[in-house]
Amino acid sequence: MSVRYFVPADTTAIAVGADDVAQALAAALETRGEYGRIVRNGSRGAFWLEPLLEIEQHGRRVGFGPLSAAEVDAIVALPPEAREQHPLFLGDVEALPWFAAQRRLTFARAGLGDPLSLDDYLLRRGFDALERALEMAPEEIVQAIDDSGLRGRGGAAFPAGIKWRTVMDTPAGQKYIVCNADEGDSGTFADRLLLEADPYQLLEGMAIAGLAVGADTGYIYLRSEYPRAREVLRVALAKAEAAGYLGSNLAGSQRSFRIHLRIGAGAYICGEETALLESLEGRRGMVRAKPPLPAHQGLFGRPTLVHNVLTLAAATTVIADGAQAYAALGEGRSRGTLSVQLAGNVRRGGLVEVPFGVTLRQLLEDFGGGTRSGRPLRAVQAGGPLGAYLPESLWDTPLDYEALAAVGGMLGHGGLVLFDDSVDMARQARFAMAFCTEESCGKCTPCRIGAVRGTELLDRVIAREAPHSELALLEELCDTMEQASLCAMGGMTPAPVRSALAHFPEDFA
Amino acid sequence: MESEQLLAQLLYQYQDQPGGLLPLLHAVQADFGYIPADAVPPIARAMQLSAAEVEGVISFYHDFRRQPAGRHTLHICRAESCQAAGGEALVAHLQARLGIEPGQSSADGELTVESVYCLGNCACSPALRIGDATHARVDIARLDALLDSLLESAS
Repeated sequence: MSVRYFVPADTTAIAVGADDVAQALAAALETRGEYGRIVRNGSRGAFWLEPLLEIEQHGRRVGFGPLSAAEVDAIVALPPEAREQHPLFLGDVEALPWFAAQRRLTFARAGLGDPLSLDDYLLRRGFDALERALEMAPEEIVQAIDDSGLRGRGGAAFPAGIKWRTVMDTPAGQKYIVCNADEGDSGTFADRLLLEADPYQLLEGMAIAGLAVGADTGYIYLRSEYPRAREVLRVALAKAEAAGYLGSNLAGSQRSFRIHLRIGAGAYICGEETALLESLEGRRGMVRAKPPLPAHQGLFGRPTLVHNVLTLAAATTVIADGAQAYAALGEGRSRGTLSVQLAGNVRRGGLVEVPFGVTLRQLLEDFGGGTRSGRPLRAVQAGGPLGAYLPESLWDTPLDYEALAAVGGMLGHGGLVLFDDSVDMARQARFAMAFCTEESCGKCTPCRIGAVRGTELLDRVIAREAPHSELALLEELCDTMEQASLCAMGGMTPAPVRSALAHFPEDFA
Repeated sequence: MESEQLLAQLLYQYQDQPGGLLPLLHAVQADFGYIPADAVPPIARAMQLSAAEVEGVISFYHDFRRQPAGRHTLHICRAESCQAAGGEALVAHLQARLGIEPGQSSADGELTVESVYCLGNCACSPALRIGDATHARVDIARLDALLDSLLESAS
């Protein structure tokens, strides 16, 4: 019985030493003359355990982590029955409470096998959904997406079924599927993890979307900050096409779907869908006024379905398991699962996929384990740079789109950034404005000028040069930005500023 | 002469690609290390754009450089997750040790430091990237070790 060793080749795993671990492992096996296969899998997303080494033998797969290269030789030397004695022994990783309490659908495959192995993908129900979709009428596919209650996972949470139907109902002709993989929010990495750990799932979701709305061409717009995801995708696209899961004869159906990979160039605003379309067309990433909606006139003026990575991936779950199974999870109008990313000053950071409705506190404390610094947790920014800072009094809020909005928060792309009590909330408020200054596309005045004035105002507040009445001016400026900006960049930059002011006034006194 | 041929090849490769300007600029920068000023007129002609439009695109995106970078580029993350985990102390250390701010290159042309807003390693903040190699859970000792090996390999 052969032994298999798993060491993730994920960006974060490598960034904390997984390549060194893999090298030490190969050397240890060689010097001991042992036969074993080293699999460079994707990460499971338990980044607090990376670098993680898993050993599969006699049908049992056990983990060790987080470990350094220096510890590998001793672990390899252990006879199987003595492994449990090792201080870094984790046992079956999926049995750890951190995993057992999750409900993984989109990330069910992440970290189990070689992300680029089509055999591994097929073994784990890969392309089941595409095979089903090929036997369904477009109307049936769209109805299933609609019935599932799936909403856009990029941040805006728009009902996916409405978008799909709108594009499907436009007259036949050239249409496009655009995948927004410009994951720019700090505190988020779910798209990157999926792209690196299970890339075929995205390709499958895009092909299904193409069948449903009548598009034969897709684009993935990937941010340039993700070089490893780019390489994984490049190979995945080539392999899927060679195997007939993309191309002119989709899984033997005579139907066609092709995907082009495009790389961004370091502009946060291109995560906004219309700026992304401008960028794909080769221009500055300037936000477009809506209407027209991208569903009517999107890429190159043609009807276009634009979705985040996770939304397109979730479509495979909806089609494979059925809309009812997906809709059975969640709370209120937020159906299915939410991929939360625990980040910042956090002890057990990583990807936590749970049904909507889990409270913030459960995520911060039960999963996150509090701060890495060990100091008291003071603030949590939910939903990226445009999301509110939430104090402890709001941590019992359940995570669903409406419940969070009711307390002035936003779920966004599901990132939670933890801050301990050393944080200066006035500085965080200033950063929100400064970031907007840096990343505004400049098309509308409230965002372009407002962010500059907001930064200046907060500079004076921080320097204690501003009289208290200046805070009223700041509120007024926030009103203008919220109400008159063209998109969420200017419109939501006030959220972190106002929440900092409202919940942490002592930092502005 | 050689660089003119290289540019002509790239123009030929991308001029018919729909929305091909960004891929073309990426390719030019990958080969030349930056977008040379005298490449702009031929790029504009090939893409049927005005030079001003091409300049506008180059200046819009943080990735495109008008000047060559140092031999190595270090991208340090300045976004919230890294702020929460001590990232700004790394920035201060970089400034103290190298005497340059993000956006500048060392006098000997060895190292350029750039700010970046999120590398997607937020579960293990703070993070930085040297070339295509990302490093996470970086503290000052680790940063010093990385700089030592970079600057040593240079000498």
